[in-house]
Amino acid sequence: MASLGSALLALAFVTALIAGGLALWGRDGDQRRVDLSRRTVYAFCGLLTACVVIIEIAFATDNFGFKIVQEHSSLETPTFYKLAAMWSSQEGSLLLWAWVLSIASSLALWSTRNKLREVVPYATAVMMGVAAFFTGLMLFAPDVQPFATVTGATDGVGLNPLLQHPSMMIHPPMLYSGYVAMTVPFAFAVGALITRRVDAEWIRATRRFALIAWTFLGFGLLLGARWSYTELGWGGYWAWDPVENAALMPWLLSTAFLHSIMVQEKRGMLKVWNACLVVGSFSMALLGTFLVRSGVLQSIHAFGDNTVGPYILGLIGVVVIGSTLLIVSRLDDLRSPKRIDSLVSREAVFLVNNLLLVGLTAVIFWGTFFPLISELFTGNKASLAAPWFDRYTTPLAILLVLFTGIGPLLAWRRVSWDWAKRVFRVPLVVALAAVVLLLLFTDAAHRPWALALFVFAAFALTGLAQEFWTGTAARRRLAGEPAPAALVGLVTRNRRRYGGYIVHAGVAVMLIGIAASSSFQTNRDVNLKPGESAVVDGRKITYVKPIVKTDSEKFTFAQLVRVERDGKISTLEPSQRFFRPTGVEVGTIESYFAGESTSEVGLAAGAKQDLWIAPRVDVADVQRRARAADSGFKACVKGGPGTPPQCKALGAMMQAAAANPTLRAQALQQVSKLQTLAADRVAKSYLGDNAAVTFKVIVNPLVTWLWIGGLIALAGALIAIWPARGRRRGALLRTEADARKEAKYREIRDAELDHAVGKLSDEDFAAVDAELREEALEILDREEREKVPVNGNGSAADGNGDGSNGNGALPREPEKVEQG
Amino acid sequence: MLVDPQRKRKIRLFVALSVAVLLAVALIYTSFSASTEAKEPSEIIGASPGTSYEMTGEVVKGSVRRQGNGIAFRVVDREAEGKGKALPVTYQGTVPDPFRGGREIVLTGSVENGTFVGEPETLITKCPSKFTTKSNG
Repeated sequence: MASLGSALLALAFVTALIAGGLALWGRDGDQRRVDLSRRTVYAFCGLLTACVVIIEIAFATDNFGFKIVQEHSSLETPTFYKLAAMWSSQEGSLLLWAWVLSIASSLALWSTRNKLREVVPYATAVMMGVAAFFTGLMLFAPDVQPFATVTGATDGVGLNPLLQHPSMMIHPPMLYSGYVAMTVPFAFAVGALITRRVDAEWIRATRRFALIAWTFLGFGLLLGARWSYTELGWGGYWAWDPVENAALMPWLLSTAFLHSIMVQEKRGMLKVWNACLVVGSFSMALLGTFLVRSGVLQSIHAFGDNTVGPYILGLIGVVVIGSTLLIVSRLDDLRSPKRIDSLVSREAVFLVNNLLLVGLTAVIFWGTFFPLISELFTGNKASLAAPWFDRYTTPLAILLVLFTGIGPLLAWRRVSWDWAKRVFRVPLVVALAAVVLLLLFTDAAHRPWALALFVFAAFALTGLAQEFWTGTAARRRLAGEPAPAALVGLVTRNRRRYGGYIVHAGVAVMLIGIAASSSFQTNRDVNLKPGESAVVDGRKITYVKPIVKTDSEKFTFAQLVRVERDGKISTLEPSQRFFRPTGVEVGTIESYFAGESTSEVGLAAGAKQDLWIAPRVDVADVQRRARAADSGFKACVKGGPGTPPQCKALGAMMQAAAANPTLRAQALQQVSKLQTLAADRVAKSYLGDNAAVTFKVIVNPLVTWLWIGGLIALAGALIAIWPARGRRRGALLRTEADARKEAKYREIRDAELDHAVGKLSDEDFAAVDAELREEALEILDREEREKVPVNGNGSAADGNGDGSNGNGALPREPEKVEQG
Repeated sequence: MLVDPQRKRKIRLFVALSVAVLLAVALIYTSFSASTEAKEPSEIIGASPGTSYEMTGEVVKGSVRRQGNGIAFRVVDREAEGKGKALPVTYQGTVPDPFRGGREIVLTGSVENGTFVGEPETLITKCPSKFTTKSNG
């Protein structure tokens, strides 16, 4: 099996090189070669899938001949974690990287198979170059071969219990998928730059991949934060740790990218900026992959010294230098004749939001790499702590929320004074009301930053609600639908816009949760003996009694805690668990304290606040008794004078086993049975100690909204990603002309919608509409001239062209056009 | 109000760039003054008292004891693999889950009477496990 895997992996490497080579060979328009290269990419994907399946089978069947299985799984590991253990290893995570990239490349090439003929060959070459790099690492770099074997192992080391948490199993593949999906927009950007096809077409073709990457990264970050909050026992969800930052930076840059590409699509501006952002996002994604594996920075994620770091750094160097040279050499093509008309327009706000996001990224980048920077200048590695990060990121994040609120209210190009008065009135009134209410009823006055954030978030959320309201009203007018149908129709017909608004709302809600929980948190350590109580933030917390549970793999020291607040009583049962190191046949009783310990946090989550309790148990006495029991046990087996008869029996059994190996299993079973009994007694002795426990008690206001906001944002992103109805029905865009046409219709529809909700004045709309219709006619004319035979769709498209004489009728929907 | 648009753009660019430069200078200045120097235990043993350091070291196995509301333990350099000159450390408050003898920690604090006194809430214990090439027992 392992050798089959190695062979498949080697074959995959060669396949990736061939696919890239074929694509370049067909770059001058030889479609046969390009088609063949695309199919070779599918084959590459198939080969890597086979590799992953082999590894997973090895995990599922406890094949400890595989080194990766032996080091990361064990007989006792639960099946779910066995299947997910692949990516807790270095080599497995590289395989995951390459595999996800092969899937993303296949999807990207499949969806563009009839589009972007000039760009695709280069994009294929870039994607396969990256794929070959990661596949090559697994073949040629030391210590990271996924199919390495070991001999003679009968059980594995097992998966670290800290990582045995559902979100920890989904979190890494989410982040990887995010990092990897960034490759697609990058590859197409490089292709577009090389061929000088720098219009918005490559953006349209890969925008969805950028959004998918963004969604995966965001969700991965959210899962990591949640895990940290519930599992790590320190009560926080974000620590400005380098590895966290490494995932946040590409997310921020791709947020900027997703906004600024709209400006390029709509207005043909910001091309250089977009090219830089896509290169930046991809480089940051690679940097994230690198940081996790290099150990150059101090991080809570301790990643051992390993060998692939320098290679990845080399790849980053090639990407950054190569792309910069490419962009500089194409500056003339990227220049746009258009300018931003007004500083009060949607594109201007997008630009400001981009600057803020890039600024945030720059701050985080500087802070993350400061240890290296300071070492360069002063010779000392010095690092920056959370307060430094907070000082800069807080104001930037607050401004971002403000612009998140302003942006959606503005129209493209320019905003009239009357218009501004109309759309800003309600959000401003709500924001003012929020100021008054917050000052009157909360102590937000002491926390000006938090106050500002709450007010801006109220402004933004009201503005977004107003957008949905006016959009629905406009749709009711136009289509005569009842309100709920109009709302659904509004969102499904304009997934990108309204999905985006939902993301904005989610982010605003998240930031409210972050601001409230970081500014108004109560965090206290209380030391309590059973029966004692302490009052924390108006809650009487009583340590009722200890509870001890034991099994063959762990000791659990739980505490029954009663919480009284305003006469209401509830109980929590937090615990601290001590795991035995796995893969040990028979250890000592003391070995229960030699493995990991984890906290099961006592969490009473609520809309207003969370009560979070994690215990620190003093096990020194239990440990001492375990040592005593161990030595007693040893003396017993040796059969010294005065030992009880059971000991003598066991001793005889051990001696017999030493002479006769067939009795060994039986003797060991007897030993572990007695030992489990003894261990249970030792652990339970804690109950009689009346020992004090240090409880870390945190009252976290509104923190639940961080998770709820995250889920809202995720839902919005999924709505925006979901393909439009026409496409789902299989009416796929067959040609580039189709794609151009659809994009133009979309623009016309967008303008219609903007006009209907009053975002474009009659005068502006007339101008924009005429311009767009002219452009649409041009596309149709060209299509007619080129006489592209499109499954008999040509005549339908023609008919549409006739209808574009601007009498206010909506141009036919693209899906109708597709259906012909 | 009749400003030549070309000139207006230049002014705008100039203002934007100046703001960016100012922010960058602030960033650089504050980062050097706000940062704490990273040191290994062996470097801190002779260090001047009162200065704040970020100490990275390995907790000596079997050295962790409870002391009042906090804990006391010893650390050695990471490369020393548990041997070498040890630095006594005290820390008030609760420790993270993975904390134990043999683990690598990062702690901010300063030296008082030959003991490294950690600041509350600054103790980071590295998560073991992922991507380590050696076994994590």
